Amino acid sequence: MITRFLWQGMDRNLRLCVLLILAVGIALPLANLILAATNPAHVPSWVLQLFGKYLCYALLALAVDLVWGFCGILSLGHGAFFALGGYCMGMYLMRQIGTRGVYGNPILPDFMVFLNYKELPWFWHGFDHFWFAAIMVVLVPSVLAFALGWFAFRSRVTGVYLSIITQAMTFALMLAFFRNDMGLGGNNGLTDFKDILGYSVQASETRAALFFASAVALALGLIISAAVVSSRFGKALTAVRDAESRMRFLGYRVEGFKLFVFVLSAAMAGVAGALYVPQVGIINPGEFAPGNSIEAVLWVAVGGRGTLVGPIIGAVLVNFGKTWLTGALPEVWLFALGALFIVVTLLLPKGIVGLWGQMKNRSQARKARAPA
Amino acid sequence: MNAPTMRSTSALLYLSGVTVSFDGFRALNNLSLLIEPGEMRAIIGPNGAGKTTMMDVVTGKTRPDTGEVVFDGQADLTKLDEASIATLGIGRKFQKPTVFESHTVRDNLLLALAGLRSWYKLLLATPTREEDQRLDEILSIIRMEAQQHMLAARLSHGQKQWLEIGMLLAQDPKLLLVDEPVAGMTDVETETTAQVLREINKTHSVVVVEHDMSFVRALGVKVTVLHEGSMLAEGTLDQVSADPRVVEVYLGR
Repeated sequence: MITRFLWQGMDRNLRLCVLLILAVGIALPLANLILAATNPAHVPSWVLQLFGKYLCYALLALAVDLVWGFCGILSLGHGAFFALGGYCMGMYLMRQIGTRGVYGNPILPDFMVFLNYKELPWFWHGFDHFWFAAIMVVLVPSVLAFALGWFAFRSRVTGVYLSIITQAMTFALMLAFFRNDMGLGGNNGLTDFKDILGYSVQASETRAALFFASAVALALGLIISAAVVSSRFGKALTAVRDAESRMRFLGYRVEGFKLFVFVLSAAMAGVAGALYVPQVGIINPGEFAPGNSIEAVLWVAVGGRGTLVGPIIGAVLVNFGKTWLTGALPEVWLFALGALFIVVTLLLPKGIVGLWGQMKNRSQARKARAPA
Repeated sequence: MNAPTMRSTSALLYLSGVTVSFDGFRALNNLSLLIEPGEMRAIIGPNGAGKTTMMDVVTGKTRPDTGEVVFDGQADLTKLDEASIATLGIGRKFQKPTVFESHTVRDNLLLALAGLRSWYKLLLATPTREEDQRLDEILSIIRMEAQQHMLAARLSHGQKQWLEIGMLLAQDPKLLLVDEPVAGMTDVETETTAQVLREINKTHSVVVVEHDMSFVRALGVKVTVLHEGSMLAEGTLDQVSADPRVVEVYLGR
């Protein structure tokens, strides 16, 4: 039943995309590990790390698109779900450090020793097991999304009000996580990771494996999103996006539809964050910054809202541009970002993918006109 | 469910003493109305008479301040939300055609089709053979077989109205509320719409709100005249148009 569900969204284009993502997920790490550094096809480790980050961002963008593009919920707080997933993974990684920390405490992470903690806070228990952390990576963002969505959707909070609430949520979390007595490293966050599943996070083999895992997660996210969107549920979902009250008068309980995609999307964002943290080596409250969530929305807009491939393209392209520009002309980046937002809003309402579709339509129309 | 104040009635829809105020303005003022099973009723009245508010109350969009709204002799509509009321069997067609523009004509009908409404069942559902047959039937009734795979956004205004009527058929409600069905239609389309509504009325009860007098005449049913949120007159179109109070409301000012 699950397989039939997952396969229902797999059309030819999507299969191609999934294969492409998996091919990148295998080829890049191999080109890093096997090829000699002198070989022109060799992929340096920093490139692998960079593109690993992009893959996580792409999964985040896909999550944003699932709620915004297909259900019309403009979440300006998805960075919070991403960061929460990241913190869950970070807590696991912290507990793997053991006696190798600066203070050599076998149980307490360094920052706790520094802050005179006598024992591990209750919510840190269990995070020494990978399976527990993996469950939490999905569960914590999902529960938060469920709680927020439950109240917001039942009270029929929609549109810009909902966007403001999600933005406030990520801002509030940022302030909370900045506090030292949250027991999560405060300002500095969680860092100095050593091992993941017994392998050094610095080793190139581990990095390659993390890259591959990110590609697999993105491919899975794409398959699940496609299955949801192309099911009858998905038809109802886009109908809710386009004419919510009409759906109510047809007898649909709109809240349930919204809540399901919102929670699913938060879980996907959490997984993205969890894969992101071991690759960049740090998670701190800065990840909750409202700007991060807004940037994620921008990736979706650039790539193509309401398409499945668009957000992936958008996330990779915009972040590639960001990496390049912040290196070449650091002071220009924010202006470029602002300009991009204006250009996309004015000229590309359906993003890059939409533009491609437009051009295809135009050439078809031209062909149809030609013989006449 | 059965509050002691509620009167048991044979009427399909029973409104009694319904009052709705918005910021002191009484959109409905002690309105009472009875629709019998199988009946078709036309409701007319000048702008601001409360026609649309009446529909909002019946479909659960607006809660009345006071008064009873009973459907099918038992369901207290003042305590239910839109989705439950729709599931009980009240369908609504809006003044402006609201179809799902990014879906095909067939998918629009599929969404409206009575039956599956729960989100978790819809995740795994595929249309059954009965559902497909029913969709084909409706497509032929509304004469849109040729357009069934066309996106609703690309339909003409008239076609959207037709699709919406098809969606109501698919929903198969006991009571149909139709808000200004012929607004913006050509004379020919108006006439066909009257025919379709009479056809629908053979199996469903219908309440039509309309401005267009020639259309109301073509329907040939009992007419209720609303004015300032209450019932002003009731009877055949000839009876009510002979009523001096009705004449005054429509022509006097």
